[in-house]
Amino acid sequence: MSRLAGARRWGRGATPYALGAPAVVWLFALFLIPLVVMLVKALETCSPITQACTMTWHWSEFSYVWHGSAQSIFTSLRFAAYATIIDVLLSFPIAYWIAFYGGRRKNFFLLMLLVPFFVSFVIRTIIWQFLLSSSGIILTLARDLHLVGPNYHVLQTSGAVIAGLAYNYLPFTALPIFVALERIDKNLLDAARDLYSSKVEVFRRVIFPLARPGVFAAFLLTFIPAFGDYVNQQVLGGISNTMVGTVIQNYFLTFSNPTSGSALSAIVMGISLIAIVIGGIAIGARNLGDYV
Amino acid sequence: MSRKPRFLPLYSWLLIGYLVLPILVMIVYSFNDVVTGIPNVSFTWNGFTTRWYQHWSDVPGLTASAWLSIRLAVAASAVATVVGTMLALALVRYSGRRFRGKAAIDYLMYLNIAAPEIVMGSSLLGLFVTMRIDRGFWTLFLTHVVFSVAYVVVTVRARLTGFDVRLEEAAADLGSQPLATFRLVTFPLILPGVMAGALMAFALSLDDFVASDFVSGSIQPFPVWVYGATRIGIPPQVFVFGTAIFSLGLIAAVISVVLSRRQPAR
Repeated sequence: MSRLAGARRWGRGATPYALGAPAVVWLFALFLIPLVVMLVKALETCSPITQACTMTWHWSEFSYVWHGSAQSIFTSLRFAAYATIIDVLLSFPIAYWIAFYGGRRKNFFLLMLLVPFFVSFVIRTIIWQFLLSSSGIILTLARDLHLVGPNYHVLQTSGAVIAGLAYNYLPFTALPIFVALERIDKNLLDAARDLYSSKVEVFRRVIFPLARPGVFAAFLLTFIPAFGDYVNQQVLGGISNTMVGTVIQNYFLTFSNPTSGSALSAIVMGISLIAIVIGGIAIGARNLGDYV
Repeated sequence: MSRKPRFLPLYSWLLIGYLVLPILVMIVYSFNDVVTGIPNVSFTWNGFTTRWYQHWSDVPGLTASAWLSIRLAVAASAVATVVGTMLALALVRYSGRRFRGKAAIDYLMYLNIAAPEIVMGSSLLGLFVTMRIDRGFWTLFLTHVVFSVAYVVVTVRARLTGFDVRLEEAAADLGSQPLATFRLVTFPLILPGVMAGALMAFALSLDDFVASDFVSGSIQPFPVWVYGATRIGIPPQVFVFGTAIFSLGLIAAVISVVLSRRQPAR
């Protein structure tokens, strides 16, 4: 009897561990361990002929790929930052409108924001390539209206890559901002107005502070994937604006150089974490954990 | 509230137009005829045709890649939803001494969401190569669960946080066994969250390019196949598949919106 009760007590105590184990083991084995393997691989030296690798504690690989790829890392950071800022600025008004004035059609408008998700990311980017090409409808129209010169082009420029990133990640920015705005108690806005706040003050001192968790989530879901993206750059940009994702892809899939690829990937992971901390501070997130 | 703003609706409709424009272009050009010998998408209008819909499966590699993507998304989202929901239940219901390591699990999940996909994809490729695991369906499956499980946990957790535990206590007081309570009380109440998590995992898997590009080996899921085709020319059937996936996604979303409306408001 007492053994049975003990077993049951143990059984109850084990419940959270049993429930959590499959997901945790999965993430441990296929997310954390690969990151460790990646660091180890970066320190190994591989024979280009036999592909056999030996551990040589070759730390200089990091400085080697850094010198070779710093340009592409800065390009990626810049493009991702521009795309994120554009997306936050574009999203805020529509998220505000849907959250406060959406009424009965709220779900419809949300669905409209999500519509790009239902078309493959690669297809969306290909279509922007067509729309922005020199023979595409946008530039043809602009040329006919003499808005741009005959040799004006958009593809192959940094602007095209930033525009593609901004388009592709816009729903990831708009949704979290909408969720945060919708949680705001409307009475707070009335209270601020009753206390003679101007519209700007209501936004600056009530709406924006309360929307911070959403802005931070938007930053996380837009900046980080845009930073590592290489599809937009390869389809819409050119060699002059190579992003770091392309360099990593080339190391692994074109040049069969996992050592350099792993080192660069580890650098990208480190920069992402630093970017999240800086972004969190800039947005005013006090406890990062509360916002994910 | 103050009076309705006049500028915002116009702006919002313009932004929605911007979001929808490429999709309309895709749908329209899936009906565009081809006049050159090689059937590749061209963006000059050659006349209306339903030829590509009639011959939707004429490109063997494309059809195979689409089926692969669907099987992959079903398998990966099912597993991610089950293990993710279990972890979410553990994280919401247990804390402190009853669930040691909870903080570490939280950090693991943030790290997972914060890691760029290219880092996950390339590090998994390194792992598979080191362990001499052949790349194919199973490596894709393992990878897709890795990047979608944390999103399921976050979604289900959000739903569970507003959950009234007294409902479970009432069931227990009425003599219900834990499993019966879960089946009859807990699960129906968290179902919308679980469904949302499952749909998200399905969509993430179906549309994944970057990580799949690294771990797919010789087989190609739909986005990887399409991306490869951009270098040699895109068959119009790509737009047919794109339009079909778009329509199914839209229908699924509408159904989930209608279903969630039947839930009592929290």
